[in-house]
Amino acid sequence: MKEAVVVGASAAGLAAAETLRRQGYAGKLTLIGEELAAPYDRPPLSKQILASQWEPDRLVLRTEIELAALDLDLRLGVGATGLDLAGRTVALADGTRVPYDGLVIATGVRPRRLPGQGAHVMRTVDDALALRKRLGPGRRLVVVGAGFLGAESAAVARGLGCDVVLLEPAPVPLAHAVGTQVGQVFAEVHREHGVDLRTGVAVSAVTESGVRLADGTLVEADEVLVAVGSIPNTAWLDGSGLTVADGVVCDEFSAAAPDVYAAGDVARWHNPRFGETMRVEHRTNAAEQGMAAARNLLHPGEGKPFDPIPYFWSDQYDMKIQAYGYLRGHDSVEIVDGALADRRFVAAYSRAGRLVGVLAVGMPPKAIRAWRVALTKEER
Amino acid sequence: MSMRIELDEPKCVAAGQCVMVAPDVFDQRDEDGVAIVLDAEPGPEQEDEVREAAAVCPAAAIKLVER
Repeated sequence: MKEAVVVGASAAGLAAAETLRRQGYAGKLTLIGEELAAPYDRPPLSKQILASQWEPDRLVLRTEIELAALDLDLRLGVGATGLDLAGRTVALADGTRVPYDGLVIATGVRPRRLPGQGAHVMRTVDDALALRKRLGPGRRLVVVGAGFLGAESAAVARGLGCDVVLLEPAPVPLAHAVGTQVGQVFAEVHREHGVDLRTGVAVSAVTESGVRLADGTLVEADEVLVAVGSIPNTAWLDGSGLTVADGVVCDEFSAAAPDVYAAGDVARWHNPRFGETMRVEHRTNAAEQGMAAARNLLHPGEGKPFDPIPYFWSDQYDMKIQAYGYLRGHDSVEIVDGALADRRFVAAYSRAGRLVGVLAVGMPPKAIRAWRVALTKEER
Repeated sequence: MSMRIELDEPKCVAAGQCVMVAPDVFDQRDEDGVAIVLDAEPGPEQEDEVREAAAVCPAAAIKLVER
C-alpha cells in the first residue's frame, strides 16, 4: 500500500490514520474532513460546551504538533462527493480526485431533521455554540426527542434556568434501548428537575413560534432543538457499488470491499460476539473501529474480527449512566445490584437467557467491573 | 524513548476502559470511578497497552508524552 485515504476526520478517521502510522505504514496518507475544524471530540457538545463550562479549545483531539507528526495530507473543509471503486479514486467537493490503494470510510452521521425551518440540531461545535447563545434564565426551550442527546441537552438547559419542554413519541423514553423500568427512572428524574416531559407525542413540524404536533396543537418555544436520531453520511457513495443500508455494510472485519473499510457511526458491520449486524453511534466505538479498520487494511491476511462490547455513558443532572454491551437486543431486564428507587443500581440485560449488556447508575466501579467481565466471558 | 502519562482528570468520564486494557497502570477511584494513574512512567513492556488505553478512552482524557 502506498496511497492510503481516510475520508472523515473525526474520532474514527483520526484513530484510523494514527493506527496506520503506528503500525509502520510510511506511504502517503490523506485525511479528508468536511468540517473546517481540526479533529475534535463531540460528546461534550451536549454537556460541558452547552453548559458553558468548557470552551471549544477543550475539544481538540490532537495538537498541531501531534497532527504534523502523522505526516498527513490533511484536507479539511472539503467533503467527498463520489467514490470510483474500479478506478480507486475519491472525488472531492473542490473538484479534485484523490487516488487510493487503501480506503477507510468514516464519514459519520448527520442529524435527522423535521419539516420547517429554524430548529437547532446538535452534531457540530457550531451547532452547540449556536444553541448555547440562546439559552438562559426564563428562555423556553422545546426539545424534540428524549433520546440521550435530547435528554442531556434538556438537563443542561434546566441547569441554565430555561423552561424546558421535552417531547417524546414513545410512551417511555429510551424504552427500546434500556427497557421500560429504567426508562421510567430517567423520565422521573427529568420531571423532578422541572422538565415538562410529554410522552406519546408526535411532532409534525417546526414553526416560527414553536413546534406543531400531529394533532394540530402548537407547543410554543423561544428555541427548538430537534434530537430525533441521525442519518449515515453515505450519499457520496450512491452508485459506487458499495452496499449501503442505513450505513456502509461491512463484514466482521469492517471491510466493505477489497481494500475498503468503514468505521465509526457510518459503519454497519457484523459483530460476531453478539451474532448481530449493528451500527453503533458511540464515541468509544469510533476509536476502536477506526483502529481495527486500519489494522485490517494493513494486514488483510491476518484480519481480526471486530467484536467489541459497545460502551456509552450519559450525564444528566447528577446522574451518571454507563452502559456496556448491546442492550437493544434484550428480552429481559433484571436489577442485580442496588435499587431503582435509590437511583443507584446495576441492570443486567439478557436475550434468550444470555447476558447481552449491563447498565449502571451511580454505582462504584468495582460493582460494575464484575458484570463487565461476565459480559466478556459470555458464550454466544 | 520513554513515556509519561498525563491524565486530564476533569475530562475523565469513569468508563474504566483504561483499567480493562492496562490494569497495572490504571485504576479507578471507588467513590466516583474517575481514573487513577498507578504508574505515570510505565516501562517499555507496557507501552503498547498504555497506547491502546489512551486510544480507547472515550473522553480523550489520557495524554501520552513520549520523549
